[in-house]
Amino acid sequence: MMGGGTASESAYRVLMSVLESRTGQTLSPNRIWRIEMSLKPVLQRHGIADLDALVAALVTANGRQLLDDTVDAMLNNETFFYREHSVFDDIAEKALEYLRVVNARQRQLTIWHCGVSTGQEAYSMAMLLAEQGERWAGWRVDVIGTDVSHHAISRARVGLYSQFEIQRGLPVQRMVRWFDQTEAGWLAKADLRRRVDFSVQNMLIDRPPLAAPADLIFCRNLLLYFAMPMRQKAFARLRAIAAPQSFLVLGAGETVLGQTDQFVASPRLRGLYEPADQQVRRPVAA
Amino acid sequence: MSKSCLVVDDSKVIRKVARHILESMAFAVDEAADGQEALRFCRANRPDVILLDWNMPVMSGMEFLGAFNDLDFGHDERPRVVFCTTENSIDHIRAAIEAGADEYVMKPFDRETLEGKLQLVGVA
Repeated sequence: MMGGGTASESAYRVLMSVLESRTGQTLSPNRIWRIEMSLKPVLQRHGIADLDALVAALVTANGRQLLDDTVDAMLNNETFFYREHSVFDDIAEKALEYLRVVNARQRQLTIWHCGVSTGQEAYSMAMLLAEQGERWAGWRVDVIGTDVSHHAISRARVGLYSQFEIQRGLPVQRMVRWFDQTEAGWLAKADLRRRVDFSVQNMLIDRPPLAAPADLIFCRNLLLYFAMPMRQKAFARLRAIAAPQSFLVLGAGETVLGQTDQFVASPRLRGLYEPADQQVRRPVAA
Repeated sequence: MSKSCLVVDDSKVIRKVARHILESMAFAVDEAADGQEALRFCRANRPDVILLDWNMPVMSGMEFLGAFNDLDFGHDERPRVVFCTTENSIDHIRAAIEAGADEYVMKPFDRETLEGKLQLVGVA
């Protein structure tokens, strides 16, 4: 049986096709086994007996909430604060300084976290920028997080994290400065929450709510869930949103090599990528 | 050269779990059952990092930290101190930072959390 579980093969196929049509993501064979486990809470919440009944309800009931819950449950929302913290160190020390010079005239900095999940990455960036204080005085700084998951974005907006989540990657000094301890968990202070805007978006279809082209795009560990044609489309979308002189941040195991000709490895910063068509023009020295 | 860690906890089980995780990360591990034992160890040795419980008999983690701060490590870098405790209130955490702790792990913890904290203090 396809999922190794109790549901029929056609049920798995329908669920995979729902995921792909709604998000562009595909489930590799090594993730299919997770479907049954991931969807268990959805079955319980909606009083549905099993995956075959879920598929029947999805096909016949036309319930938006059930569809959203089903898709959300099949997504991988893994994230944590300052993931691969050396990347954030490089961004703090080099990339932001480069962008400050490039955008000196407009005094505007736009950062887009694509596939932001429950928000930790965007809050990481917002804390870092806030702590740079005077460097951005008089600038418009936008930090925008988008994700296809309604559940993840609603959690990101609230900014409430469990003890397990708050400890993952977040230095303790920042934790006590930017979060309050509550009975429900660790809550981002209003001053941090107001620095980030979150919205539900499908990056393959929707245009992110940015006031200007993005100077820094985080798209980490998302494209690996897209099949190749979709991945190429995603890179094209990222390029369309990116400012001419900008950086793209991918996950540690991801690359543009053999994936797209829209971006190339940054000659300035190891591990980051830049729009390919800008490599002949370098008007500003980092 | 492998890094070294002193695990200070009155619970044998916690010391065993911490040792297991740390050794799998290639740390050389020493153990102390209270602050006084830890202080004796630190007068003769310089571990790269100290994993420190809060509540212990004889000498608590905070009492240890007070005495530890007076030790002279000469030209060597001061060992990093990471509290690892069930005292998880923000008041305890603030007090630990003020007393000189470099990081704070709230129990229960898993390997990934501990590894992340050790990376943050630059020893992993």
